[in-house]
Amino acid sequence: MIDVLYFAWVRERIGLPRERVETQAATVAGLVAELAAREDRYALAFADPRSLRVALDQELADFDAPLAGVREVAFFPPMTGG
Amino acid sequence: MALRLQAAAFDIGAETADFAASAGAAGAIVTFTGVVRDLPGSPLLAMEIEHYPGMTERAIAGILAETAARWSLTAALVIHRHGRLTPGEPIMMVATAAPHRAEAFAAAEFLMDYLKSRAPFWKKEITAAGAAWVAAKDSDEDALSRWQGGGRSG
Repeated sequence: MIDVLYFAWVRERIGLPRERVETQAATVAGLVAELAAREDRYALAFADPRSLRVALDQELADFDAPLAGVREVAFFPPMTGG
Repeated sequence: MALRLQAAAFDIGAETADFAASAGAAGAIVTFTGVVRDLPGSPLLAMEIEHYPGMTERAIAGILAETAARWSLTAALVIHRHGRLTPGEPIMMVATAAPHRAEAFAAAEFLMDYLKSRAPFWKKEITAAGAAWVAAKDSDEDALSRWQGGGRSG
């Protein structure tokens, strides 16, 4: 089981801030494919992965990064701090 | 190196005075304050700032550590707010102190460039016409490239 967090418009489109996900995916891209296949709201949120960023255990990562040992995955749009 | 993440407003003058008092043997202090600006056309009612608790602190601590490694600062401060803000209110502030001004300016710019696109904050603008997430600009990402490939030490 892995904690999956959503922020900003990703959270709004999916309608959840976080959830526990049972996954066999080896990489972030694999998890995205599993989530996008669930329901329309997920498919819409993940329609353009290039518009998204991902963090693994609170560190920015790439979509081809492995999920082995990861406890927390977060998906969000490019950050707009400052 | 200090970081404060808070919902409450802050007083720029008081923060600057406190920072200066703690800045040690600095010959130069630079501060930058980001303010909620009104929008042309449809007036801005509020700005909502969402963040990723936990990662925000880690990311900013990492940016501060990188800043300290690049320039010899006597002190540095980041304050960033979250929650609902109204036009004219301060959003965030960075302050740097160094023996000379070039280092203090460069370190403050570095902190700002990285906070904009590497700290997990997302801004949403609320107007009478509705709410819209602020999109990241390509220029924000481009701003990082000038710091890559070797440090610039003032």
